[in-house]
Amino acid sequence: MNMEEFRIRTRQVVNDPTLTYHQRKHYLAGLAEGVLEYPTLSEAAAEALNKQIICDLFEGPAPYRGRYILPNYAKALQNGSAHLELDAPTDLDEALNFLLIMYTQVPSITGYPVYLGDFDKILEPYVADEDDESLYRKLKLFWRALDRMLPDAFVHTNLGPHDSRISRTLFRIERELLQVVPNVSLKVDPDLTPDDLILDAVMTVFETGKPHFVSHPLMVRDLGEDYAAVSCYNSLKIGGGSHTLNRLNLKEVALLHQGNIDSFLDETLPHYVELLAELIEARIRYLVEDAKFFEHDFLAVEGLIELDKFSAMYGVYGLAESVDLLMEAAGKEGRYGHDEEANALSYRIIERISTLVADRPMPYCEGNNGRAFLHSQSGIDSDLEVTAGTRIPIGEEPEMFDHIRAVAPHHDLFPAGVSDIFHVEDTVRRNPSAMVDIIRGAFREGMRDFTFNLATNGFIRITGYLVRKCDVEQFDEMGGRHGSTVFAAGSVKNSHVTNRYVKRVLSRESSPRAPQ
Amino acid sequence: MRAAQGHLNDVIRFSAVDGPGNRFVVFLQGCNFDCIACHNPYTINECDSCGVCVEPCPEMVLWFDGRHQVVVDDDQCTDCGICIDVCPSDSTPLSKMVELDDLLGRIEEVSHFISGITVSGGEPTLQADYVAGLFCSLKCSDKLGHLTTFVDSNGSADRETWDRLLPVMDGAMVDLKALDPGTHKEMTGVDNAAVLDSIRYLAEWQRLYEVRLLMVPGKNDSPEVVERTARWLFDVDPEMRIKLIGFRQHGVRPQFSHIPEAEAAHIESLAEIIKKVGIKELVVV
Ligand code: SF4
Ligand code: SF4
Repeated sequence: MNMEEFRIRTRQVVNDPTLTYHQRKHYLAGLAEGVLEYPTLSEAAAEALNKQIICDLFEGPAPYRGRYILPNYAKALQNGSAHLELDAPTDLDEALNFLLIMYTQVPSITGYPVYLGDFDKILEPYVADEDDESLYRKLKLFWRALDRMLPDAFVHTNLGPHDSRISRTLFRIERELLQVVPNVSLKVDPDLTPDDLILDAVMTVFETGKPHFVSHPLMVRDLGEDYAAVSCYNSLKIGGGSHTLNRLNLKEVALLHQGNIDSFLDETLPHYVELLAELIEARIRYLVEDAKFFEHDFLAVEGLIELDKFSAMYGVYGLAESVDLLMEAAGKEGRYGHDEEANALSYRIIERISTLVADRPMPYCEGNNGRAFLHSQSGIDSDLEVTAGTRIPIGEEPEMFDHIRAVAPHHDLFPAGVSDIFHVEDTVRRNPSAMVDIIRGAFREGMRDFTFNLATNGFIRITGYLVRKCDVEQFDEMGGRHGSTVFAAGSVKNSHVTNRYVKRVLSRESSPRAPQ
Repeated sequence: MRAAQGHLNDVIRFSAVDGPGNRFVVFLQGCNFDCIACHNPYTINECDSCGVCVEPCPEMVLWFDGRHQVVVDDDQCTDCGICIDVCPSDSTPLSKMVELDDLLGRIEEVSHFISGITVSGGEPTLQADYVAGLFCSLKCSDKLGHLTTFVDSNGSADRETWDRLLPVMDGAMVDLKALDPGTHKEMTGVDNAAVLDSIRYLAEWQRLYEVRLLMVPGKNDSPEVVERTARWLFDVDPEMRIKLIGFRQHGVRPQFSHIPEAEAAHIESLAEIIKKVGIKELVVV
């Protein structure tokens, strides 16, 4: 970008009537960072980045904070914080106050905390003296504050797998307030989570589209007990996080490939997998060695995050198109999600990538034994004609059982998260225990995490987050792709989105670029 | 006696509307009622291989086999439904004789996703031996023993038939088209004595999961009739669960297309009447 362009872009942001003051500041910071030179890359990697075959999700050329940071809130509450000049809380009021203050100081790629803590666990020490009514009142005020103070759809909390008074109260509040923020995941363990808690969660899904359901045993296997699902289906270690998330466009790789399926798996794919690894490595090194984030941020200084619990996320997307293209090139008709052979090919591709990533040492990734975490990336709003992660394209999903069968094998290989969305019919409202059956079944089938979409609650689920229907005028019949274009902030397409709430609650992760 | 083969119209692997929890539903072919409000009339009769549907099939996947029976090539059928539309006999060329073991295999595939199975139709009690065999196999199985077994019936079965099912059946949903025998005959072609007796008998055995009242405008939906029906049901069992359903045109045969759909406000007012009678568990659809 030359100086003149820079001026024009900056001016656009400054004068954009669709952006709030905070949003302008965020994008202005991005523009300033954008004029710095990129960490050194090989020519091949730089070209692949340029062509968006590999993508840094517009994180900026000079990373100065980790992308996803999961502070150990339990430890902060227990010890107090010198940096925040706060003593350890002694009751619920102090604890909630402590947390609200702390959230303002937790960095992330979006500028808002992507993780708020597992409330049922971190607040447990403070609720013994609260009767049900005062617990409800205090949590409700807190919940409202979260939505108004942290207006980003990727701000995320976790509950479960155990039942608790706190989780029950929060589900009730969710159903009353119908807020987009915070996003919620329920950890489900077949042995620890009672049907009744899942049922409560299902009733909440009917109203709000939340929570998202997570397989606790699978997560514990890959990440240990102290993990959380944050932002948009990213599972990481508490006290750690992910330096960066970059992704490989499998559709583009398939388009560039000439040859048969074997040579795709043995030559083309490994080539691009390594180019993305190179990009990730360069970005991690800049963050840790040049910006020296872990040497000065108070979270690190006070031991609330530890470098050796961090790793980086290795994202993939566009699997559906890549499989279909390779099948077509091989003269076969089968499509991903519908055909055994196409599905088998999809598993081969992901297994291959998984092996390559597991064989590739990565600096400062002790959180995953010196390797990046594989992640099925659920897309940003500029993605066109390419399907999120390893999903089956929207509108082409087979009937639910076949859908689960087709995608479940992938879930095993994505420790840092993969997600699928199941569309359910409204009739299920009268029989919520049917959803409990499906949730339990899906986990038995090997799913790691998933979400339900009901056509008739007040929310629309985009690639991974929610918006309220009443906030979008003339919403163009379901379909994530359309929905997410709505959110390309400031774009012309977006001009029909006029409601205050839509402007207020952006999804910076999904709309990472300054409007043009 | 266990029938090794059943005449199946179709199965649905996940259903949230056929009893408690998520259920595998088996639709059996053949019914002994001829309801004006039937939503899937192609399940009523056996196919007589008249061949009317063979020509219209756009995929050309219907033909006569060596024994002059109409058969279909399943893999090529697109489920367009044209054959069903043209059939003059309220039947389908797509129903199949299915071995019990094959059906059990299909249930096993989804067993960790479901609370149980529901046998519907058509009228499932017409194939009571097959149904009893199926339920019995489920109850005796290590892997499938947790599944509950339900029947969705028009209530025409006699006590002997229910006696064969009761030991292995967890619950039944029974349709009561009309309390008045005359109206019942007008709406279904048959008298309702057996239906009323089935309701009493199943309630006595505590296997009556729910009674369904389909409200067809102008036929059985006057407040007075509904109140009497609710009272009768309440007297049979005060804990009775009732599902009140407003008539919809979906799937109904063309000769009954003049029947208007039920109005939501009217159904709501009938629901109030039923509640007043003392019925506690009422589901309105
Ligand atoms: S399905 Fe109907 S039209 Fe086709 S052969 Fe059978 S009875 Fe005749
Ligand atoms: S549904 Fe009937 S008409 Fe349609 S393709 Fe199948 S057999 Fe042919």
